[in-house]
Amino acid sequence: MAEKWKERAVIVRQDEIATNVYSIWFQTEKIAGAAKPGQFISVFGEEGSRLLPRPISICEMNKEKGMLRIVYRIAGKGTEEFSRYRAGAALSIMGPLGNGYTLKKKRALLIGGGIGIPPLVELAKQLKCEKQIVAGYRDEIFLAETLSKYGTLTIATENGSIGVKGTVLDAIEEKGIEADIIYACGPTPMLRAVKEYAARKGMEAQISLEERMACGIGACLACVCQSKETDSHTNVKNKRVCKDGPVFQAEEVEL
Amino acid sequence: MNTKVTIAGVELQNPVMTASGTFGSGQEYSELVDLNRLGAVVTKGVSKEPWQGNPTPRIAETYGGMLNAIGLQNPGVDLFVKRDIPFLKKYHTKIIVNVCGKSESDYCEVVERLSGEPVDMLEINISCPNVKEGGIAFGQDAKAVESITREIKRYAKQPVIMKLSPNVTSIADMAKAAEAGGADAISLINTLTGMKIDIHRKNFALANRTGGLSGPAIKPVAVNMVYQASHAVKLPVIGMGGIASWEDAVEFMLAGATAVSIGTANFYQPDTTIQVVEGIEHYLEQYGYQDVNEIIGMV
Repeated sequence: MAEKWKERAVIVRQDEIATNVYSIWFQTEKIAGAAKPGQFISVFGEEGSRLLPRPISICEMNKEKGMLRIVYRIAGKGTEEFSRYRAGAALSIMGPLGNGYTLKKKRALLIGGGIGIPPLVELAKQLKCEKQIVAGYRDEIFLAETLSKYGTLTIATENGSIGVKGTVLDAIEEKGIEADIIYACGPTPMLRAVKEYAARKGMEAQISLEERMACGIGACLACVCQSKETDSHTNVKNKRVCKDGPVFQAEEVEL
Repeated sequence: MNTKVTIAGVELQNPVMTASGTFGSGQEYSELVDLNRLGAVVTKGVSKEPWQGNPTPRIAETYGGMLNAIGLQNPGVDLFVKRDIPFLKKYHTKIIVNVCGKSESDYCEVVERLSGEPVDMLEINISCPNVKEGGIAFGQDAKAVESITREIKRYAKQPVIMKLSPNVTSIADMAKAAEAGGADAISLINTLTGMKIDIHRKNFALANRTGGLSGPAIKPVAVNMVYQASHAVKLPVIGMGGIASWEDAVEFMLAGATAVSIGTANFYQPDTTIQVVEGIEHYLEQYGYQDVNEIIGMV
């Protein structure tokens, strides 16, 4: 049983790192100390009319300083509220939540799409092996400099303004990138394509899913995804994204 | 000071419970909440066979509340009995199992299956707005409420709580029907049917189109219905609907509730139940009451 905490965490700094994409460093010794790459935290608003936490993936940790970073996009009023807080303000957060990636000592291919890119940072930092990182953006890029510190970075943009024009898979093919395992996070169409690619290549792929959540800890059954086999906990073909995921073996879920 | 309340002969150490569907069978929340301090854990609805539930998105946030259309996904009574009841038995709290079904005989089979289990009470869900068959279909007609209550009582070995829907013209009539059918207690309110539309996608926010509204936004509706129902029948009433603080809980008790359930608040404030347990004690102290039963139905 992994420990989790709900606490008030002070914002050490907040920056807009691309249009409507924000980065927060929280001071949170316990959560930062326990977190693993691919896990997420629940972030709670202060305003009162919006009750549910926003599940946001952990971008990276600084365990020495007891700090944890999230990078998120403004997607509605809840995340817009978060973006208004400055250093010194505090928010309620709960975590670390979910399972995270299982790190293997194999030639790794990290694939991120859009706001699915942030969790690749801590993953790339912790993977001790040969790493190829492919990041797909619409147009404006973020976290590219950070990612390139930890592996060979290839960028794909929809309009071709930077890097390869096209999808992450177009970039993988164009650059002839080879690997033994895939770790991916991004929108469902991208994950579907990654799953199909991994199956074709006979590679293991760990993919991180997103779904609307309420409790964030596996009790309410709001955020289920369809599983290939009957799940041992739910006893139906559903897995809980917040608790059994968000990271799944690609072949165990239907997308 | 006495905080114990008794419902249908079952003594609870305090009047605070969880609301069905918001707390699983307690396992996940046990990492954040000491279940030993709760009056009772009310489990998520359990049916004869495993239920898959509805497609996603299953929830949507609304002003001061949320809509859900989980669709009573559950592992079925066999796995529930094998796994969840033994888990809850480890704690010093009462176990109330919520039962759902698609037909009268479904409910009765589950109730019968639970008759030999160490379960303290049964709560019968005839008010879920999110499933096509069963659920609310039994809860919107007084004759149907009376008939299913009577049928379930024939099979039940534990006290039966009928969980009522607010989506009715007269909650008093439904409460009376449950009483006439032989219910031992009633609980209310379940969620209010609602809809949210995503104006950017120009589509329903929930895959099920409609869902059940819960959270602080529905509390005044719930307080009124608890008041109406508790004046209509002699049965003990378990009050719920938007309780997020001890003040809310006291309001329900003053309106006539013998016990209260915390639902949606668990999602954003996992220790709400504990705060309510402690807050009620402080309230009694503040006003010099020796016994929590003194405030039930005081207004």
